[in-house]
Amino acid sequence: MDHHSPTPRRRTRLTAAGALVLAAALSACSASTGDEQDTGEEGTTTLTVATFNEFGYEGLFEEYEAANPGIQIKHKKSGTAPDHQDNLYTKLAAGSGLSDIEAVEVDWLAALVEQSDQFVDLSDPELEGRWLDWKVEAATTDDGKLIGYGTDIGPEAICYRADLFEKAGLPTDRDEVATLFPTWDEYFDVGRDFVAEVPDTAWFDSTGGIAQAMVNQVEYSFEDADNNVIAAENPEVKEIFETVNEQAAAGLSTKTPQWSEDWAKAFQNDGFATMPCPGWMLGVIEGNASGVDGWDVANVFPGGGGNWGGSYLTVPTQSAHPEEAKALAAWLTAPEQQLKAFESKGTFPSQVEALDDPALTGATEEFFNDAPVGQILADRAEAVELAPHKGPKWGDIHTAWQQAIQRVDQGQESIDEAWQSFLADLDRIS
Amino acid sequence: MTTATPAAAGTRRHRGGPGGARPPETEPEAMTFRRRLNRWDVKASPYLYIAPFFLLFLVFGLVPLGYTAYVSVHEWNLLSGKGEFVGLENYRDVLGDRYFWKALQNTISIFVLSSLPQVLLALGIAALLDANLRGKTWWRMGVLVPFVIAPVAAALIFGNLFGDRYGLINEGLQAVGLEPIRWHVDRLASHLAIATMVNWRWTGYNALIFLAAMQAIPRDVYEAAAIDGASKLRQFFSVTLPMLRPTVIFVVVTSTIGGLQIFAEPRMFDAGGLGGSDRQYQTITMYLWELGWRVRNLGTASAVAWLLFGLIVLVALVNLLLIRRLGRGGGGSR
Repeated sequence: MDHHSPTPRRRTRLTAAGALVLAAALSACSASTGDEQDTGEEGTTTLTVATFNEFGYEGLFEEYEAANPGIQIKHKKSGTAPDHQDNLYTKLAAGSGLSDIEAVEVDWLAALVEQSDQFVDLSDPELEGRWLDWKVEAATTDDGKLIGYGTDIGPEAICYRADLFEKAGLPTDRDEVATLFPTWDEYFDVGRDFVAEVPDTAWFDSTGGIAQAMVNQVEYSFEDADNNVIAAENPEVKEIFETVNEQAAAGLSTKTPQWSEDWAKAFQNDGFATMPCPGWMLGVIEGNASGVDGWDVANVFPGGGGNWGGSYLTVPTQSAHPEEAKALAAWLTAPEQQLKAFESKGTFPSQVEALDDPALTGATEEFFNDAPVGQILADRAEAVELAPHKGPKWGDIHTAWQQAIQRVDQGQESIDEAWQSFLADLDRIS
Repeated sequence: MTTATPAAAGTRRHRGGPGGARPPETEPEAMTFRRRLNRWDVKASPYLYIAPFFLLFLVFGLVPLGYTAYVSVHEWNLLSGKGEFVGLENYRDVLGDRYFWKALQNTISIFVLSSLPQVLLALGIAALLDANLRGKTWWRMGVLVPFVIAPVAAALIFGNLFGDRYGLINEGLQAVGLEPIRWHVDRLASHLAIATMVNWRWTGYNALIFLAAMQAIPRDVYEAAAIDGASKLRQFFSVTLPMLRPTVIFVVVTSTIGGLQIFAEPRMFDAGGLGGSDRQYQTITMYLWELGWRVRNLGTASAVAWLLFGLIVLVALVNLLLIRRLGRGGGGSR
């Protein structure tokens, strides 16, 4: 569900040979996996569902099978989002081999909305109002076709190390912390105070992570409403770029790229004190920081609300059982089921009704000092005012932008030089 | 062996036909038919027997190659499919992209850093394994261990070693007061790190191939050399190496192909998979993958595939010539 993967090493199982001869790869993929949509025993329909990371669906499939005799569900789970994305793209191109239900992450959704004729229209008057408006909008084409049902979203809060806050003489109580930085300026100011007191520890986890959080609050960042690339002219993009790099230069950042080996180890070495954390990040923090005491979650996000990540379920037109697949997707994304998924894997629901359900609002996390994460994230979700517009090129431009920030972090280029080389990359992509 | 049987049978029958002990009443027309059949059998059968490979090669080798060429002269989006015919424009785009040239340099640099030490090291290890060792099998199995370890597990181990800030090597360097090496930033350092992973994986494999070839060298040649007063070292250079020539060619060609297509190691070297913030270690295959699966432009990606194909053929030819020259120089008597 996250844009990047918590375990990056597992993503690359592609072989060099496979990558060389494209067509061979295409045909091999479709041949080896085949369509497992054949009707098995008499009267049973087998539906395949392809997801990545953790959707929390394991128990739900059995429940659905029990309630719907004649339906059998096969789960194909990829270790990481990029693996899943590669597989999805390859088989869309090949025209066969996709599962009946394919999960899609929000950052590459736009590229697929462009190919909406390859997906079944899932719009259904009965389901209107089930999801947050912006969640549905992102998966709807200009002519009103809905290509995916929302699963989870990633409303962001700030996770922080209470013990390090104490060391710096900052308040440690999560309600007090929540009042410290309602804006980015204040967030950076407190950060400067912090690093003055605790010079060996950075204020935030990575320059790129903060940049991503900030750009996700801009409605039209890299592309305008008509998907023209505006990244070069957009003053907001340049401002964020300069701001994060200046803050990093002031010692606020670990300067390690997110998901790198060094980044993961910084959790164990008091590398930094705060980081933006969408719901799915809680599990990542708990994993990387296992054995470290002091983590807590504050009910605040600088600059208002922010969303990072979240997924959809789609039904490709390749499916032999589109009707059954649509019914299953609708069932899986119903508030009741999403709440169960939240309980098992922490995927925060995108369904309106689930947001004030006691099962969600009552949820706490022991690792984060028993913080009421359910309620905090529900509040954070309400604070999200807009869905940033992400056109088909958004992901590519964002990658180039992040690389430019990384070059400044690594001291390879000055802020100006990195901006210039980003512009050159932009020409190449668009 | 199988190909020889019908031919032998055919000639035998041919010779022993009419003049033999068989009754001569058989009609001549049937004979000529049989004879024709026999001749056809002799001529065509061998081709039939080797056909399966070539058929498979046609289906899985040539057809994709041709198809890739076809894709490379079209505008072709990974998701929306074929567009207009654009001729050589995709090739022009690729050749005009500075990242292509950077990827080419990286590939060659990593290839040289990995292939060369790898072959030399493998030769040395094989020579050692060829000696009279106690626990031979154990040592021989040992060199293959890196090869059977899953690349993902290896990436994990090397990720720990080559971390820029908290990596084992850098912590060691800092402990003795040296400057840490920026493995993911410095271009040459990143190439060294990646080449280390490749060498770690493939050296043992190549050593076993060399070892197998060394064991096939008749021992009396060494005996003769020893009687002539040649030292062990001299024996290695004047007997072992020249007699290994075909195997060296094989290993060099396969490691050329593998080295120029290197993908998994540099791709797993960081989380982004694009070869570093400034493409310090993006190889050609990674560049191809980026174009095809991230930028989703199969047209240019296919153009890269063909350029890479050309490059491999070129380098393999150069290698072959070089090794031939070297081999002739070393094995003077031949």
